[in-house]
Amino acid sequence: MRSIGRKTAIAGVTLAAGALLLTACSSDDGNNASPGADGSGKKVELRVATFPPGADKAAYDAFAVQEKQFEDANPDIDVIGVEYEWTGPTFAVQLAGGSLPDVFTVPFTDTKTLLENGQLMDVTQEMKDLGYADKFNPIILDGVTGTDGNVYGFPRQAYAMALHYNRNLFEQAGLDPNSPPTTWDEVRADAKAIAEKTGKAGYAQMAINNTGGWQLTATTVAHGGRTQIDNGDGTYTETINNPGTKAALQFLHDVRWEDNSFGSKFDLDWGTINQEFAAGNIGMYTSGSDVYTALVRDFGMDPAQYGMTVVPMDGEDPGTLGGGDVAVISPTIDDATKAAAVKWIDWYYMQKLMNEDAAVTDAKALSDAGQAVGTPVLPVLSKDLYEQSLTWIAPYINVPLDQMKPFTDHIWEQTPVGEPKGKTQEIYALLDPVVQAVLTDQNADIDALLNQANSDAQALLDQ
Amino acid sequence: MATQPDVDAPRQVPVRERRASNPVTWVRSGGLTKLLFALPLIFVFTIFSWLPIARSVIMSFQKTNLITSQWVGLDNFVAVLRDPLLGTAIANTGYFALLALVMGFPIPIIMAVLMSEVRRGKGLYSALAYLPVVIPPVVAVLLWKVFYDASPQGVFNTLLGYVGIPPQPFLQSQTQAMPALVIEATWAAAGGSIIIYLAALLIVPPELYDAAEVDGAGIWRKIWHVTLPQMRGVIFVMLILQVLATAQVFLEPYLFTGGGPVHATTTILLLIYNYAFKNSLGGNYGMATALSVMLAIFLALLSWVYFRLTNRWSTS
Repeated sequence: MRSIGRKTAIAGVTLAAGALLLTACSSDDGNNASPGADGSGKKVELRVATFPPGADKAAYDAFAVQEKQFEDANPDIDVIGVEYEWTGPTFAVQLAGGSLPDVFTVPFTDTKTLLENGQLMDVTQEMKDLGYADKFNPIILDGVTGTDGNVYGFPRQAYAMALHYNRNLFEQAGLDPNSPPTTWDEVRADAKAIAEKTGKAGYAQMAINNTGGWQLTATTVAHGGRTQIDNGDGTYTETINNPGTKAALQFLHDVRWEDNSFGSKFDLDWGTINQEFAAGNIGMYTSGSDVYTALVRDFGMDPAQYGMTVVPMDGEDPGTLGGGDVAVISPTIDDATKAAAVKWIDWYYMQKLMNEDAAVTDAKALSDAGQAVGTPVLPVLSKDLYEQSLTWIAPYINVPLDQMKPFTDHIWEQTPVGEPKGKTQEIYALLDPVVQAVLTDQNADIDALLNQANSDAQALLDQ
Repeated sequence: MATQPDVDAPRQVPVRERRASNPVTWVRSGGLTKLLFALPLIFVFTIFSWLPIARSVIMSFQKTNLITSQWVGLDNFVAVLRDPLLGTAIANTGYFALLALVMGFPIPIIMAVLMSEVRRGKGLYSALAYLPVVIPPVVAVLLWKVFYDASPQGVFNTLLGYVGIPPQPFLQSQTQAMPALVIEATWAAAGGSIIIYLAALLIVPPELYDAAEVDGAGIWRKIWHVTLPQMRGVIFVMLILQVLATAQVFLEPYLFTGGGPVHATTTILLLIYNYAFKNSLGGNYGMATALSVMLAIFLALLSWVYFRLTNRWSTS
């Protein structure tokens, strides 16, 4: 009996320890899921997105300063920063599990689908109350407007496509870094010179994780093509097999196979192409105009090597593919948290775009923490307001504006074109293998690839 | 000689008299303690293993975004079977399994036999062979990714350059990507198999080799007629384990190539992952679980058929 008693006691302790562990886990979850559940009085706990995993300490220092400024102005709100990166796969799980921040950002391309799924909070009235519902660039506001006419988010940042280049490689190849290429033929010639003289990739392009489709769409638009037509009635017609896309792929083919100046990596995405570029292994590539911040902050690029110009235009009706993101609110939070969320979005994302004091405070905090200030973007409000805001923060601008002049001087001459709206990411995913085929098969039949992708994409849209 | 005890005869164990089963005797005989000890395990298995399995079977008949779900019957299964990528994924998985069988299956057996013949430093060779298994798989893949760098300065390309072979694209080529994956997978997994074969070799009675030697057998005939037949039980088990593992290959294509270039390394498991997680707006969990269920049923059937077929030949 004694030995049984001891065994029972041990089992009991084991069980109790297990139960304690589980209780600890569940109480932690409880705290995450229900703001204010720890009994911190009347303060509303607001969980806001901060930075993607991997951001440096300085970014968090700058955020801590801004968090304190906001809490001083709003003593009834307790802001809790949450590490956050927009990835579709985790979004639905986070939403279901209650671990999504109350305020977070999503790219333009995904906003429409999310709001149609009822996964975003309606902020029409709040935006009207703040008094700037009519100040947004209407094309941009359209991306967050549902079929019911209601608005589901605050567009906070937009970018145009740009051609980024390495000034050192240009010099080593005997090219003038102050006169970057202005036509696709010049891009090809410069890429060839860089590859021959330096042994590095003259020109590279993303090809995996949907970025292949994204960049093919961007170069298509730059060649005067469009990959999708919005029929205006909620339906879309795919036009992937258009002359612009063909020209864009032919360019890739020629750089890769005729000139041998593409380098040896055909599996790059947004992160890895930045990494390669920051390490000085790529002469030129296309990406959003706001990538400078990430290149320097996350990939350790030497600012002196960086150069940016506009993407060359070709064909009829060319444009620059634009994109950006929207600050949105989780649909599951209560009214008090929603009100706090709107205050935060207004203070953290919006006021610096239209209010001098807010713009200066923001720029100073970022600059003090060694973060990039003044990276060229596209205005989500008006162009005049954007240019005015740049004069407010002029003393704090720390990005090499001279090296971005070829871009800032000419971007306003280009027509901004929005990303395709119908099943954007899924169709980008369909286009990845098309780009990969051209880069890995010298005899790839571009017409056949495009016709196949076109019918596959149309089938997706017709589902 | 006749007095030699029969070692295989079951030992006489005193059998306790069977008591009448009732709750009191169950408790008195320690039933409660056993249950208490088992409870945490049952709980953990239920939460992390059995429930997810049951949930995924349910999800394969649903259209779900993890918040709302609706029953769709066999729609997910039909959609998977109609996906043109399914054929590609099956073919790629089969190709991987075949290459892994050709390259990866005989190597550990040969290595183990050779190592068992070594008289000195056996422990060192075993450690060296096992080393890749100790390296975390993700680290190993990232390491090999550097080796496979397609530029002329890449590690393998530099080595190939010494013998006059031009730079190869490896992972960047539709034809070379899969063999490149298999070579790494073989390197990573061989150590574990070698250790198992080495252990199996120890149980081969040395008298059999002596007898074979007396009969005039050379080393190859000894291996063919003594070693391999004695190890066949282990070899059969290892074969089915390898087939099951290669049918579920995910790590290598996911980390090396993401399934590219042009789906050349998209395997069944990677396709399942892509169904569930590739779409930036939350994936098609129904199709992912439907394909998982089909794969699980197929592998279960395969294992059953395999064991039925080999039961007769196997010594075990």
